[in-house]
This record gives sequence, structure tokens and C-alpha cells, in this order.
Amino acid sequence: MYYEKELETMPLDQLEALQTERLKKLASYCYERQPFYKKKFDELKVKPSDILSIKDIKKLPFTTKTDLRDNYPFNLLAVPKNSLAEIHASSGTTGKPTVVAYTTHDIKVWSTVMARAIVCAGGKPGDLVHNGYGYGLFTGGLGVHYGSLEGKFPITPVSSGGTKRQIMLIQDFQPRIITCTPSYSLYMAEEAKEMGIDPQSLSIEIGIFGAEPWTENMRKEIEAIWGIKALDIYGLSEIIGPGVAQECAGQDGLHIFADHFYPEIINPETGEEVKPGENGELVITTLTKEALPLIRYRTRDIVSMNYETCPHCGRTLPRISKVKGRTDDMLIIKGVNVFPSQIEEVLLKVEGVEPHYFIEVERLGSLDQMTVVVEVNEAIFSDEIKALEALEHKIKKEIESVLNIGVEVKLVEPKTIARSEGKAKRVVDKRVL
Amino acid sequence: MRIIQIAVFLENKKGRLKEITDILASQSIDIRALSIAETKDFGVIRLIVNHPDRAYAVLKANELTVRKTEVLAVEVEDQPGGLNHVLGILEKNSVNIEYMYAFVEKASDKALLVMRFDDLDRAEKILSENKVSIVKADKIYKN
Repeated sequence: MYYEKELETMPLDQLEALQTERLKKLASYCYERQPFYKKKFDELKVKPSDILSIKDIKKLPFTTKTDLRDNYPFNLLAVPKNSLAEIHASSGTTGKPTVVAYTTHDIKVWSTVMARAIVCAGGKPGDLVHNGYGYGLFTGGLGVHYGSLEGKFPITPVSSGGTKRQIMLIQDFQPRIITCTPSYSLYMAEEAKEMGIDPQSLSIEIGIFGAEPWTENMRKEIEAIWGIKALDIYGLSEIIGPGVAQECAGQDGLHIFADHFYPEIINPETGEEVKPGENGELVITTLTKEALPLIRYRTRDIVSMNYETCPHCGRTLPRISKVKGRTDDMLIIKGVNVFPSQIEEVLLKVEGVEPHYFIEVERLGSLDQMTVVVEVNEAIFSDEIKALEALEHKIKKEIESVLNIGVEVKLVEPKTIARSEGKAKRVVDKRVL
Repeated sequence: MRIIQIAVFLENKKGRLKEITDILASQSIDIRALSIAETKDFGVIRLIVNHPDRAYAVLKANELTVRKTEVLAVEVEDQPGGLNHVLGILEKNSVNIEYMYAFVEKASDKALLVMRFDDLDRAEKILSENKVSIVKADKIYKN
């Protein structure tokens, strides 16, 4: 089943022709409408007219998350603010969030690729979708929502949390498809069992899981406990949100909707393209966005690419592997992007001195638990327990208000945290995914 | 008159307290009074010693987080109602004790208590006015 059969099964030479045509337009569009790109093009002495084929994309500059942050909130927009349809923001690395914006056309593109994703996962029009992704500034909830409306999948916008109620609604509404983070699906299954409900007895047949990394082992666990097909979805708000790439039932890579999102896999050190099948950093160019098109956006996600036609579903759209890691120190905890620099900033504010700390991440049961371990220095030490406990609480609340997820704070003695030459090791990730 | 208390931050780990007493013993520093307050993850050990400055320096040199705090050493009659009398005075004057603990040895026929106040000046004034004996620092630090 396809949502847009022609585009999803197009021979690769035709796909390339379409990508070329779109890239040419995009290069002119960005050059004319985004001063940021005009400057970058000029610095590299490249003009939109130099783009003759999709392969010429290598001549174009990269874009990073820092570029988005530096242009907060609206300096990267290619359209006037009053012609936007929707604005989202994700947590930023240093206080200010990263803004992404959509025109009505962009929302249509998003809805379409998300509808493709649901169909690619095995959804049939009329199937009920139980959407457990958070609604709000986070693009997960609304992305799935738009795709469901577009593809005519009746949707329950449950959002995240309220697990017992979610299970009741699944029992009563009998959805065929569930969308949420993979770890939350496990948590929900445990909760169901505690309520005396076997998750296998529920109506769910397909799970579309994303917004955090997960492994084949976790997939097996989810599939066994729920008795469903668990499929991976990929997306990031900078590009559009969920719906950039989706696994089919073959579970052999995620089909990237390359007519809208042109993928390159590069060596993160050199910026050179790696050979097909080799691991590298995924770089995406948005070929069709209006409000905030991005050229060669560095996702920092490490994947490999497979350009063969899918033997399972027949899609020609190239497949990216599951995300194998990151090129930076970003953590994904409970579906939220966390950078150690965010924690550092809070500690600096509270302590007034350069903090010594590390972040420990564990998976307790099926949920992530983040603990910020902070060395006690003389500036913050008190002989009174209540003052130390108040300090722990203050750090906890400040971090929680920045990240919007629960954390634990633990005070430790000085020199507990290894001092390394150069960059300190800030993250101990004990999760066995 | 005030005395100096040394407070040290400790994680709840096996052997940590002995490391502190090892350090102090190696410098021939005598512990006069001691208390430990703890939560599930960490504790604070508070010490009254005969050489607070030396103790502070040597503990710091051993990379511990140390803090000096001024406290009062209060003499209480070693008989039923002795402590109650002192607490009554403090309560009547709304002076809040953050914490208190007893000396290891007795200074005389009196019991000796370390008291930590948030408003030290006021506590000192009120105790003196009510003829409660506050032990002088040199008596605590003797030897």
C-alpha cells in the first residue's frame, strides 16, 4: 500500500530528475529570500545558476543547529512572519529554543509525508490512531495528527501521560495503530498488566515509534509484549517534524521521503560523502519547504544508507538505517533532546562557579531516568542538611524548567568526577536499549 | 564566646568517616565533639577539635569540602531538667536552634553542648543575659 504510489515507487533516475528540478528552484529561492544563505553562497562563491544537477548540492554550504540558534527567532525565515501558518520551538542548547516555522503549504507537505508514513507502516484509511506523542511545541503530536487527518485515519489526540486513562481509551476505542515513544509503549504495557489487562488482548496491531533511539532488542520486546508490529519513524523538527522517514513492515531500513528531503551521508570530520552502506552523518536538504527551507542541514545523527529498491514494499525511496549514534553529545531522554551544556548553564547560575558534574542516564523498568551528579564545592556547601537539600531541590527545579522532564540531582564529594585532559566526560549512559 | 566548628561533606560510602579520623589522627588533632547528619545519599560531619585552623587546612589539603562555622558551647547542669532550662530560655525568646550535639567528654560536672543558631548574636546575648554559661574557646581548644 502506498499513499502516493507514483512518487514512492518512482525509478531512481526520475527521482533524481525531480530532485534536481527542486534543488535548482530551492537554491534561487534561498539565495533571494534568506540573507543568511546569500551570504553563505557568496562566501563560497557559488551562485544558484551553478546548480545544474542534484549532484551539485555538494557545492552548497552546510547548515547547523547553531545557525538556527544564532538567527533566533525569525531571521532565517524566507517568508514574512504574517504569512506563516504555525510556529514550533524545541529546547535549545543554551536557553533560547530553536524555532521552526511552517506556511500552509509546509503544513500540507508535513501532513502528506506523515500520511505516507502511516500507510508505509501498514495503516489503511479508516484505521483508528491512538496518538500518544505530546501535543504542543514538540512537533511529534501535531505531526502525527496532521498526517492522520490527511490520510483519513480517525485520530485520538491523547498526548503523553495519564497512562491508565490511555489504556482505558485503547480498550474502549479499539484503535489499530498506536504512536508514541518506544519506551513509553513499554511503560504502558507494564501499566496495563498491573491493571490486569494483557496488552496482547488489546486491539493494537501496529506501533509507529520514534523521537528517541531504540534497538532491535527493544523492538522484539515491544512486539512480544503487545503482540504488534513495531515500526520506526524518523524526523526532526528542523526538517519538518515526524515523517521524514518511515519503516515498512519489512523492518529493513526507513524509507526517506527523498522527493521532499534530500539525504546525504557524510563523514562528519571531512564533510565528504561516504560510500553507500557506510556509516556517516545524515545531512538533509528540504527540497519543498517555503517558510524555513534548510540547505544541507547537519542532523548529527549517524546512519547508513541503502539505495536498493525495497524487496518488501517495492518503494524506491532510499532507506536509512536506524539511528546508530550522534556526532555530538546530545542525549535523548524521554523523547526530549538534552544537551549537557543546558545542565551546565543551570549549575553555573546556581553555583556561581564552573561546575563539576556529570549526567547519568539509566532505564528504570522501561522509562529513562536522568540523574545530574554535582560535586559539592565550598561555595555551595553548608553545615546544615536542610540547606543542602534545598540546593538539590533548586538545581532540580531549574533543570526541570529548562528541559521539561523530571530529573534527579545527587550531590557528591569533590574530585569524584574524573578530570580528563581536555573535554570532560559529562555523560554516563547506562541504558541498555 | 564563639568556637569554630569544622563541617565536612561526605557521601554515604563505606570507610569515609575513618578517612577523616585518619587524617586528623595523623596530625595529632583531638576531636572534642562530633555529630553526623545524613540523608540517603550524603552526610555532613561536624567536628569540634582542639586545632580548628589546622584541621581545616589539612582536610582541605585532602580535597574534602570543608566549612568553618561559628557555634556556641553551652554548659548545662548535668541533672534532670538541665537542658530543659536552657531550651526554655531560648523558646521564650524565640531563638531557633538549627541543631545541637553533645561533647564527647565532660568539661566538669556540667554537660557541654554544641549549639548552632541562625542568629548567633542574638542567641549569645540572650543566653548571657539569662546567666547560661557559654564556654570560652581556649577551654575547648586546650592541649
